[in-house]
Amino acid sequence: MTKIPLQFRHNGRDVAIFVDGGTNLLVALRELIGDMTPKFGCGQGGCGTCSVLIDGELHLSCLTLAETVAGRSVETLDGMKQGPNLHPLQRAFAENFAAQCGYCTPGMLMAAKALLDRNSAPSRADVIEAISGNICRCTGYEPIINAILAAAGGRASA
Amino acid sequence: MAVTVKTFANASEATGALASDRAARYLGGGTLVMRALNEGDVSISTIVRARDQALTRIDVSGPRVTLGAGVTFARVLAERDLAFLHAPARSIGGPAVRNMGTVGGNLFATNPYGDFTVALLALDATIAVQGGFGSRDIPIEEFLQGRERQAGTLVLSVSCTRPASSEAFRYRKIARIKPKGGSVITLAAHLPVSGGRIAGARIALGSMAPTPIRARAAERTLEGRSLDAATIAAAASAATEGTSPSDNALGSAWYRREIVGVYLRRLLAEQE
Repeated sequence: MTKIPLQFRHNGRDVAIFVDGGTNLLVALRELIGDMTPKFGCGQGGCGTCSVLIDGELHLSCLTLAETVAGRSVETLDGMKQGPNLHPLQRAFAENFAAQCGYCTPGMLMAAKALLDRNSAPSRADVIEAISGNICRCTGYEPIINAILAAAGGRASA
Repeated sequence: MAVTVKTFANASEATGALASDRAARYLGGGTLVMRALNEGDVSISTIVRARDQALTRIDVSGPRVTLGAGVTFARVLAERDLAFLHAPARSIGGPAVRNMGTVGGNLFATNPYGDFTVALLALDATIAVQGGFGSRDIPIEEFLQGRERQAGTLVLSVSCTRPASSEAFRYRKIARIKPKGGSVITLAAHLPVSGGRIAGARIALGSMAPTPIRARAAERTLEGRSLDAATIAAAASAATEGTSPSDNALGSAWYRREIVGVYLRRLLAEQE
């Protein structure tokens, strides 16, 4: 089976890889680019831990055919921190105990970023809706919701 | 297993590729076909895509609205003129699924998914499909009855008439998970009123049969009547007629039969 050449922007950097037909974006990111931040959870669109931003829009990388991102911009959690500094969302997650086992965290952070990029002062209901496609089996969601609201509040006052 | 991906500039070429290969599947938003590939579905050997702009067009200019098959639920929600479809669109997935999943793909989603299609069924939608025979419009009910025999055809768009008022179209999805999850049952009702009487009632149910179905017996109890308590009670008691729900992890067939009348009564009485 012939490989398909694929170029796109990965966290602001141009990347070029060869993928097999039918390869999903999650596999391309993890196995071909070496970005391990998006996780494989269910492979069905039910858990959200593989969430990435494609041209700023939240998508599930496990359900995205890799070649459909040709020429587009893909952002993952790996691109979130700014140099040695954590992103305000990452800091808020740490300070509000929003991560336990951590497996859902990459998807939660990308879903939260997709929300705050569009709405810098979300309501609690907005936050709940924004992470409604992301499953967490540890925290019971409350610390995650509080962390996202804290990050939004901090950003607004900064 | 690697598959062959064929990308075409227009829908007709894509239809040609689908018609010539029984193991080809059309890739819309990916939430069904990529999922099948991830699960190791070996019946798919070819993926067909089309970059046709016509497939993502929304036309809300007249009383009849048309949505290209490739229109996502996020775009339905962004369109103020499609307010009557916002409740079903919002009941689907989280934001990521709504950014990906399409109106056309939802027609093929099996239980416990396919909620948007339940709304379209209550709205008497028409499905425009293209195949080896050319293009034609199919009533949604007929389309759903033949859903498993659609190989070689491509859905181009769906269209329906806008309800006369916001009270005339009602939708409710019952899920165990808040704010949302897979459907235990889904209900949609279109209740056009003429001279104070219901004329042309449509009630559609999701997860009460292998495909979304019309609750014809309940519709008949509403016809020519006003929505008083006795009429609503009669519709609720007729809700299970003709249904054939299944057991799944979200609920048993018995439970679905028990609750469908309760929720239909609440939907018709506009109760939470």
